[in-house]
Amino acid sequence: MTGPAGTGAVSTSVLQLREVTKTYGDVGALRGVTLDVAPGELLAVVGPSGSGKSTMLNIIGTLDRPTSGTVTIAGNDVDAMSDDDLSQLRADHVGFVFQHFHLQAGATAAENVADGLLYAGTGRRERHRRAVAALERVGLGARVDHRPNQLSGGEKQRVAIARAIVGDPTILLADEPTGALDSTSGAAILDLLRGLNQSGTTVLVITHDLTLAASLPRRVRMRDGVVEDDSTTSGSDGDVDAASLALAIRGAR
Amino acid sequence: MSGRGRVGPADLLRLGVFGLRTRPGRVVLSALGIAIGIAAMIAVVGISSSSKAKVDQALDALGTNVLTATQPEGFGDPQPLPETALESALRQNAVRSAAAVGTVSDAAVYRNEFVPTPETKGIGVMAAWGDVPKVLGGRLTSGRWLDSSSDAPPQVVLGADAAAALGIDRVRPDSRVWMGGQWVQVVGVLGTIQLADDLDDQVFVPRGLAADLGFDGAPTAVYTRVDPSRVEASRDVLAGAIRPGSPQDVGVTRPSDALAAKDATDESFTGLLVGIGGVALLVGGIGVANTMVITVLERRAEVGVRRALGARRRNIRDQFLVESLLLSFLGGVAGVVIGLGVTIVFALGQGWPVAIPVWAVAGGLGATVVIGGVSGLYPAARAARIPPTSALAAV
Repeated sequence: MTGPAGTGAVSTSVLQLREVTKTYGDVGALRGVTLDVAPGELLAVVGPSGSGKSTMLNIIGTLDRPTSGTVTIAGNDVDAMSDDDLSQLRADHVGFVFQHFHLQAGATAAENVADGLLYAGTGRRERHRRAVAALERVGLGARVDHRPNQLSGGEKQRVAIARAIVGDPTILLADEPTGALDSTSGAAILDLLRGLNQSGTTVLVITHDLTLAASLPRRVRMRDGVVEDDSTTSGSDGDVDAASLALAIRGAR
Repeated sequence: MSGRGRVGPADLLRLGVFGLRTRPGRVVLSALGIAIGIAAMIAVVGISSSSKAKVDQALDALGTNVLTATQPEGFGDPQPLPETALESALRQNAVRSAAAVGTVSDAAVYRNEFVPTPETKGIGVMAAWGDVPKVLGGRLTSGRWLDSSSDAPPQVVLGADAAAALGIDRVRPDSRVWMGGQWVQVVGVLGTIQLADDLDDQVFVPRGLAADLGFDGAPTAVYTRVDPSRVEASRDVLAGAIRPGSPQDVGVTRPSDALAAKDATDESFTGLLVGIGGVALLVGGIGVANTMVITVLERRAEVGVRRALGARRRNIRDQFLVESLLLSFLGGVAGVVIGLGVTIVFALGQGWPVAIPVWAVAGGLGATVVIGGVSGLYPAARAARIPPTSALAAV
């Protein structure tokens, strides 16, 4: 257990998991996960299906509560918070990007993005202004009034990313952000996430794609509900690293 | 954190409109039940108000101070009114004007001499004293009323229905009817007499001609127009004046009462229609609830995403509640428009004034809000219980 907010560990982490477990019935989806994410990090949580990474995303995103252990996001101990407080926490600190985009079909790109501020108490004009700014940030300044059915898959995911960052979240959670895209669009989305990270956003990508994971500076490898490996590379030797990491994971199965 | 975590009314409305706009077919179908219910209610209330307005209008024009003296209906041997009944009535202070008619029992009227005797078309012949249409607030559509002097030459005025049956719509120099073996000149045609519609299928002749046709000289009805402030008192006085010995043998009625009562008799029918409208509304409300439940089931992912974006449970609940309210309200507005349209078309078709009480429209719309709210409670509560993890679970 960590101390109250204000201790060194809390102030240097945007996200902190301590011995987190999550059980569904007698199945242990997470079996004691400890993880710290510092501000400005770009990391991948990677693992095969059933490794517990989706459960981890739910818990990190405060969509679900752990069975035991402590989750601290931006200095807030999730365990002590009510459902309403968690909603507020998500509105203020967490941005979500989903594999299947989850955009409102009949709404324009700007309206979809503005919904990201709807629950933070922002006025309508301000929401629209910031939505347009966010769309410009993801390179869709010319698509503000397009509806999802007028956009390509990659563009839809850009809209979803704009919606996630429009509220300047402390941490951006991306669940298989390239999973529904072709490789070219996927690479562009990844570049966009890298760019956002370089301008200061903390980005956590959850994926089963080893190549994608290997291209990110930090990789947290999940297996059977525990963190199997947590490695950081500082070099630019992405491709070699990816290949060896992929090999290692395949070998371990 | 006041002001935060709260979605304003304008935004809720926008979300609701958006939710409905993206599913127009479903909106139309589920709002239809409400629309039919409200339309039925508005039309029933509107039509009966318009009919009542027509009666009121008629009563205003006709006046409510006409009293009719007749021989009473009922048991025993009815005594005919005495021949002096009209003079007796006119002697009363409260009576301002009076006229009388007497049935000529065995007389009939025909279009020409070739019509077989039994084909009377139900037209009766009456002897007349005084200006009957004037006392009763009736009108001649053509020609003039009878010369009522006792030595008037043979002439005839036709009641509205009698004129139609005889094929004479207005008076011409050659307008004649065949009565008692002679041609009689038609001098006038009456319009419908609302205060005494039993006169519409009669023809009226002077007493001289009536006597030739076998009239016994006794009036069957005396119509009086009395001082409006003494109508009730005049009822008793009139019977005594006409038959001093036995006033119970004279029946005095106020025809405007009967006219007003005719409107009231429609109320059971109105009640039935309102009942049907109520059932339609109930079924419509269930339809809205059903639609909302399905909508909520379909939109688990959307709810999950909204929770992930920071929506609280009550934000989700409010969103679906507003959607339900809007759905029902749209049905209500459509129903009001349809109901008004039906009322206007029907009333104009009947020649009635259009009268739709504001309370009916306001009540109808208010009812849809209540229905939408009640119908939306359960689906909205279900939506609010959808866990945030649905954002990731749903594909």
